[in-house]
Amino acid sequence: MPSLSGMLTVKSVSRSFGDHQVLHDVSFDVRPGRMTGFVGANGSGKTTTMRIILGVLGAHGGSVSWHGAPVTGPVRQRFGYMPEERGLYPKMKVAEQITWFGRLHGLKPATARHNTDRLLEQLDLAGRANDPLDELSLGNQQRVQIAAALVHDPAALILDEPFSGLDPIAVETVLNVLRERSAAGVPVLFSSHQLEVVERLCDDLVIISAGRIAASGAREDLQSEFGTPRFELVVDSDAGWLRDLPGVHVVDIDGPRAVFDIQHDAPLDNGRGAQTDQQVLQDALRRGAVRSFTPVVPSLGEIFKEAI
Amino acid sequence: MTTATPETQHATDPGPAPGTSFVSATRLVAEREMKSFLRMKGFWIGFVVILAGLFAITILPTVFGGGQTSVAAVGTGTSQALDGTDLEVRQTPDVPAAKQLVRADEVDAAVVPDTTGQSATGVRVIALTDPPTDVVAALNTAPPVDLLEPAEISQSTRYLVIMVFALVFLMFGMGGMAIAQSTVTEKQTRVVEILVSTIPVRALLAGKIVGHSLLSIGQIAVFALAAPIALRLGGHSELLAVVAPALGWFVPFLCLGFVLLASMWAVAGALVSRQEDLGSSMGVVMMLIMGPYFGVMFFNDNPAVLTVLSYVPFSSAIAMPVRMFADEAPAWEAFAALGLLAVTVVVVVLLASRLYSGSLLRTGGKVALSKAWVRTD
Repeated sequence: MPSLSGMLTVKSVSRSFGDHQVLHDVSFDVRPGRMTGFVGANGSGKTTTMRIILGVLGAHGGSVSWHGAPVTGPVRQRFGYMPEERGLYPKMKVAEQITWFGRLHGLKPATARHNTDRLLEQLDLAGRANDPLDELSLGNQQRVQIAAALVHDPAALILDEPFSGLDPIAVETVLNVLRERSAAGVPVLFSSHQLEVVERLCDDLVIISAGRIAASGAREDLQSEFGTPRFELVVDSDAGWLRDLPGVHVVDIDGPRAVFDIQHDAPLDNGRGAQTDQQVLQDALRRGAVRSFTPVVPSLGEIFKEAI
Repeated sequence: MTTATPETQHATDPGPAPGTSFVSATRLVAEREMKSFLRMKGFWIGFVVILAGLFAITILPTVFGGGQTSVAAVGTGTSQALDGTDLEVRQTPDVPAAKQLVRADEVDAAVVPDTTGQSATGVRVIALTDPPTDVVAALNTAPPVDLLEPAEISQSTRYLVIMVFALVFLMFGMGGMAIAQSTVTEKQTRVVEILVSTIPVRALLAGKIVGHSLLSIGQIAVFALAAPIALRLGGHSELLAVVAPALGWFVPFLCLGFVLLASMWAVAGALVSRQEDLGSSMGVVMMLIMGPYFGVMFFNDNPAVLTVLSYVPFSSAIAMPVRMFADEAPAWEAFAALGLLAVTVVVVVLLASRLYSGSLLRTGGKVALSKAWVRTD
């Protein structure tokens, strides 16, 4: 059994709204020091799950635990949360607002102010510290929202779509701040529609579909589990001979360049195509020069399609 | 976490989480409510307007009342004393005739020769009910003043006090609407989701009630202190003597009454999701404020109805102080009504807290009270 220290565990959580059950037996871990991406289609239950973790909604079954013990109010107070529907006090000044949230989470006034200054600096908002929130652009308001979720040096971070509405530069800024927290050992759970961002950022992945967990685990494991073994081969002459090889399914051929999958039932295959790929390479070398032979890692989008 | 530094506390500290207690969460919410309110221009404008109004009703009638002040003068010595003042002087043959004019309200006061030797200037002033400040001020040295009919509480004074009490109640009751607005703002901007994930909902409600109550009680205190000053400046010292005890009763009644209404305003705010919809949930609270206001205004000369109103928690805040003012009720009745009000406050705050929790996170349209009560989450 893995150590429960610093681990956020969602176990068999279910939830209905009226007659409509939106979460079925949802279980996954958010491990310390790992960025966990939470992906799923609209309405698949991401936000509901996050709200249940934060106690904003109650679960109709199952539990959420931290360090192996059920999450209670005081524990939750140390979590950082960025809800999907953004909102802070529109008329309150930026720095004052973040400091206030810090204090609400139990920080001493001086610490709250210190953390606020540090975060505003990191998020390039220092110049707007004394402006009322509603005078900031939406992108900047979003950064303030992130600061409000981080000000108390949270023990765990739950971020619902933290990158939506951010321009590419802001995405980088926020990414750096989140990576820093994760590196410090904080479990970070974030949902996103932007699969490329998740792909770049996450260590672990939780895929939810229609209220059920379709897959979860380390990203590399999922990639090898769900992706068909795929390779790109570039030779000097035409690569058409590939089509005749047993156990090989050609996806695309363009003269000397070919992309192919190793079929699961390929002869000599150990299940991962480890033998067949070598066979293909040797065949290619016998026929002439090989310029490139590369495994193609499936994108998150492909895993996603595969998993759900 | 008391020993952990912010840098180390986040990762692995499994210790009992400390954070904000219920009381400090309440205090933080109250502080924020008060600060954001004190920063609003509208708040200060309202405050100053009321304060100015208070001074205006008490002082202006004395200053402008009946245009130029007229006096009846008896004897030549008095004419000299009145020379150079802007008083309208009517020469009168003798003291009884002058008194006659004062009683008939044809002049504001009479200035007559002093026969007792008490007066440095050799004149004294005769007035009907109040010492005529402007006449006394017009004379170089303040002369002794005789009042023909020292004031007692007149029907009009009583009515004035009722009106002022009822108006102040109405004002503060409606001022509680700020709590509803602040609650809707939190729902509308969704900041409520962060608040609820951080502190207990009850602390949020308590903070709002405490914050706005303190603001209102602060204003009540300022007005309660300003009222005697205004009355004295306006030359209504004798009225002050009778109003003071009533004011003493009015303040605690008003404070408790405000807490009662504040908790109801908070529920009214929690039931809807947008400012525009607030109208649909405010009706009941408005009625509970307007009802007592009109009730007391209409039935103030019906002792039976007024007695009932003075016990009903919502109207008791106006009716009981009025009865105390008019000397129509003994102190124990006031204590009984205050006790009843206090019990109601406790019950209503508890009910409100459940309804508030049950409706705060429900969005879209108005939440039915029954749904808020059931609270499936």
